[in-house]
Amino acid sequence: MSTITVDAPIRTLTPVRRSWFSDVWLVMTRELRPVVREPFSVVFGLIQPLVFLGLFGPLLVGSVGETGGLSSTDVWQWFVPSILVMTTLFGTSTTGSNLQFEMQTGAHERLLVTPLSRSSQLVGRSLKEMVPLVAQAVILILVMLPFGFRADPVGAPIGLAMLAVLGVGLGSLSYALAIAVRKQEWMFWAVQQTVLFPLLILSGMLLPLETGPQWMKVASAFDPLRWVVEAERALFAGDLTSSAVAAGWLAAVLTAVVGLAVGVRTLLRSTD
Amino acid sequence: MGDRLVPYPLDEGEPMIQTRGLTKDFVVGSTETVHAVRGIDLDIAPGELVAVLGPNGAGKSTTMRMLTTLIRPTSGTATVAGVDVVADPATVRRHIGYVGQGNGAGHQQRAADELTMQGQVYGLDRAAARRRTAELLDALDLTALARRKVSDLSGGQRRRLDVALGLVHAPRLLFLDEPTTGLDPHNRANLWDHISRLRAEHDMTIVLTTHYLDEADTMAERVVVVDHGQVIADDTADGLKRTLAGDRVVLRVAVGGTASRVASIVENLPGARDVTVAGDRVEARVADAGAAVPELVLAASGAGAPLLEALAVRPTLDDVFLALTGRSLRDEGSRATDQAAEEAAA
Repeated sequence: MSTITVDAPIRTLTPVRRSWFSDVWLVMTRELRPVVREPFSVVFGLIQPLVFLGLFGPLLVGSVGETGGLSSTDVWQWFVPSILVMTTLFGTSTTGSNLQFEMQTGAHERLLVTPLSRSSQLVGRSLKEMVPLVAQAVILILVMLPFGFRADPVGAPIGLAMLAVLGVGLGSLSYALAIAVRKQEWMFWAVQQTVLFPLLILSGMLLPLETGPQWMKVASAFDPLRWVVEAERALFAGDLTSSAVAAGWLAAVLTAVVGLAVGVRTLLRSTD
Repeated sequence: MGDRLVPYPLDEGEPMIQTRGLTKDFVVGSTETVHAVRGIDLDIAPGELVAVLGPNGAGKSTTMRMLTTLIRPTSGTATVAGVDVVADPATVRRHIGYVGQGNGAGHQQRAADELTMQGQVYGLDRAAARRRTAELLDALDLTALARRKVSDLSGGQRRRLDVALGLVHAPRLLFLDEPTTGLDPHNRANLWDHISRLRAEHDMTIVLTTHYLDEADTMAERVVVVDHGQVIADDTADGLKRTLAGDRVVLRVAVGGTASRVASIVENLPGARDVTVAGDRVEARVADAGAAVPELVLAASGAGAPLLEALAVRPTLDDVFLALTGRSLRDEGSRATDQAAEEAAA
């Protein structure tokens, strides 16, 4: 049955001290493996944004377009960046459920007993979020080009990078939530859904906030997605020096920093 | 390969595991505190195979989780492979292998990928990790399943993969938390064949928890019985049985009305005690049941009370547990498991 014998080099393993960055890389590539092997999950994540583009977009053209005096092309220029941020939000805010699954099956516990540092496990998982979300955003942009959507050749890659940074923060928060509610798993979806829609509506990604009451405008200032949505619109239109771009970067980076800090802290505390 | 084995920071004669006054409290709700582990002192020498036995909720897994750095002790000390689990958990993790109650491999991953990744986690370069993966897949009969998704493996195959993951860095100390729970008898026996062989090859110390009595009985060289968070017995399985629950003989007489005559013969046997008569059955505790039976068969026959049946009953670890606690481990275990299953379903 077995061809190895006692003199096989089983007992002659020389470990080298690994750096934190190589730990992060290992965790990230491990997380990416199922995504690459079964890219269907990336395509599946596009269904929701495509529904919004296909069913909500025409309504928006009909209502905002006429009253606002915008052509349908202008409406896409306004709405497609929204959808890119929405895809980021939906994709990354649900990613904690992957960790939840690994907590149930035991794989998470196994990694906790290995020499991988706790922080590298959370950061690696969160950084992985960038890959599917950028892939999805690129597909959406390509789909919308024939409909008259314009993607500035310099602004678009910068916009994608901003989405990636935002996604790391949101994904990290989703992991933190999964860890925090690990004893009542249903809570994950309750909290995720409760937080998701206010963030979505207050960001002004579906309908312009200009027509809303004053208190909504005030509340939206605290929604990082609002700043990112406005920055994405400016970037895809080629308005690279707009102050909205700087505000968007600030919001995305803050989300990432806070998200990672909360995520790492939650993971560290979960094992006491 | 001019590589060398990871040196353990263990001095000559130092125990592989040592705990002193180890406790763990869990705060449940806002006020209630559960004392899961209430002061465990344990010394395990290099090379031992120790089974920690006890009903569900006895504190077995909690103790193991403290020793493997998954949770912090509330008080007391524990050194594992010569390293303090609280002061330097990272070093403890490098030295121990751990197979938890769940599956170590991610269900979305492929078997070989997980092994290679974890080999790299322990500091092997990619080529060495791949070699190690091939060795372990071969050693655990998993080579044909290397590229299979973990969720598509059977329960027994997945458990073998868990053991392979636990051994990926060739640890000298392996923790197995209920390694065979949920496996059918064939797969249990198969897993133990693998573990026993790998133990011999790797010169490993193994600590396992189990609530299978027969498993502790046949596999472990030493049995630590834990109940209510404390060690209540610690000996070889044979030693426990000998001191805590002696042999018994069960006799059935062939001719009605001769049972009391047989009972008096048994009472005259040196070391016999607790002789009871029920109908045509006579039972008693004896020092050595195997030697007592032929003697009693002859004596009864000579006294005109021939036996229809004579059984030498060796004690089980369940008898030991019953003697120690007044409760049967079997009942406790199944009741607790049912309860857990109900909670999980709710």
